[in-house]
Amino acid sequence: MTAMKHTALAPAERAVELIGGDLTEKSLRLHLEGLPGVDAVGLEARAGALGARSIKTTSKAWALDKIIELIDLTTLEGADTPGKVRSLVAKAITPDASDLTTPRVAAVCVYGDMVADAVAALGSAHSAGGDDGINVAAVATAFPSGRASLSVKIADTAEAVVAGADEIDMVIDRGAFLSGRYGLVFDQIVAVKEACRREDGSYAHLKVILETGELTTYDNVRRASWLSILAGGDFIKTSTGKVTPAATLPVTLLMLQVVGDWYRLTGERIGVKPAGGIRTSKDAIKYLVTVAETVGEQWLQPHLFRFGASSLLNDVLLQRQKLRTGRYSGPDYVTID
Amino acid sequence: MNRLVIPKTYKLYIGGKFPRSESGRVYEIATAKGTFLANVAKASRKDAREAVVAARAAVTGWSGATGYNRGQVLYRIAELLEGRRAQFVDEIRASEGVSVSAAERQVDAAIDVWVWYAGWADKYVQVAGNGNPVSGPFFNVSTPESTGVVAIVAPQESSLLGLASVVAPALVSGNTVVVLASETAPLSAISFSEILATSDVPGGVVNILTGSAAEVAPWLASHADVNAIDLAGAGSLEWVDLQIAAAETLKRVLAPEVGVPAPSLERITFFTETKTVWHPKGII
Repeated sequence: MTAMKHTALAPAERAVELIGGDLTEKSLRLHLEGLPGVDAVGLEARAGALGARSIKTTSKAWALDKIIELIDLTTLEGADTPGKVRSLVAKAITPDASDLTTPRVAAVCVYGDMVADAVAALGSAHSAGGDDGINVAAVATAFPSGRASLSVKIADTAEAVVAGADEIDMVIDRGAFLSGRYGLVFDQIVAVKEACRREDGSYAHLKVILETGELTTYDNVRRASWLSILAGGDFIKTSTGKVTPAATLPVTLLMLQVVGDWYRLTGERIGVKPAGGIRTSKDAIKYLVTVAETVGEQWLQPHLFRFGASSLLNDVLLQRQKLRTGRYSGPDYVTID
Repeated sequence: MNRLVIPKTYKLYIGGKFPRSESGRVYEIATAKGTFLANVAKASRKDAREAVVAARAAVTGWSGATGYNRGQVLYRIAELLEGRRAQFVDEIRASEGVSVSAAERQVDAAIDVWVWYAGWADKYVQVAGNGNPVSGPFFNVSTPESTGVVAIVAPQESSLLGLASVVAPALVSGNTVVVLASETAPLSAISFSEILATSDVPGGVVNILTGSAAEVAPWLASHADVNAIDLAGAGSLEWVDLQIAAAETLKRVLAPEVGVPAPSLERITFFTETKTVWHPKGII
């Protein structure tokens, strides 16, 4: 016990600045467990109220386009093939072939071994570090369970970065987090962040997946969010999409509150990505409202807010077609994913 | 002591459930003599949209069932209709203002029509399908298959027989249905939905909307996820506009009819698409 308390942690700029130079398991624990508890009833009531807003006509049209710009179009199946990834990329570039004014999505999200295929398929549409274009995000660190040794996780990450991934979605070790070994989780995030470094010294964006469905309490979600930000995450992401419940509005609201707190404290903006279970435009619009009301509209940009989704895009396209033509559209008018 | 009568809340039937209209609207219906009869849900375009979603979700299961199975499920509905004969007679008398014997004749005719169509479920393919002679070593077979979601404007005057005569033929081949019930006499349709809910028909196969056909039908006619529309009871609407809207998405359209459509094989095959299969023959 004593030995664990005095384990020195790997250096991480943000944590050192906030907690102080002698970053130990103990000081980290003191900080995280010193966070105020979450008022669960209030949080859910607030999320419920934000979800009840009615968004119509021009606001809805704006929201639908905004949702598309914020989507990480995702395929994370055991049955993925290079062909599947190519068709995903084609859809990312041209979401609706019947309306070329449809904006492009923010990124495609694939398994690490598919990164090279995604990059090749994107061609000149790939952002490759620039501001325009579509990013390639790769899930890494033994996604979705995260049950692998640190060296495997680092190798997994580094390979994806070398193959051209602009963003890495890592999972935290929920087992370690739930048994209170915050230092271990922290060290792993720091190590993976280090593995995101490219040859030229720049970093691939790191999204840290908390897998909130396995964290059981809102207090844990708040702690895990702080932990991920302190360790250097650029984004905090709710879920892998492989666990139920995945993204929920209260959890996302809570993570946005943490991000807002961090911004007030340091002036630094951290991104949030709800993922999994967001299938309809109506749901997605609730998230937009929540973001705008919690941290402000400046967060509604691809580098600060994303939807991790696959079937959401089709529903948004159907709604868009309805607004354009004035009649209801159907699944025959979008691609089958 | 007088007993307080419990009035019934008349609701829509969508996806096997009984929701109120999302718009919250109701409208009054009256007896033929003009006295108040009931408040009935007035469906909006969004209810129609939900109904189409439910109908589309039910297509795979219903069209995938064997013809024999569909026939049994449809026959079971006729059994239940027979069991609630008295209720239908009362409702038809009240809302259409006809005599007891006329109401009874209508219920009997509705049950008979339903049984007639139920019997076709495992036979229409043999009658309407064909083995085609082709000059090559192939079996070439054409069979009619269901087209998908069928929207129906039910006849306005005959509330039960009219409904049965348009819904049953669309169901036979495995289509799912969104039907706009008679606007002035919807009680039979609502009671019919209670029969559907307690029979073996999967939720979503039949969806019944009450309200203004003039308001809702254009949304169904233009809906891209509806495959066919039966305008049997749309004679008093701007049905040419409905046909034009339906043409935009290449729907099959049945034109309005005067009175109740007679039972016919054509009404079954109209809502089908022909699939032709070429199968190589062994060289003998």
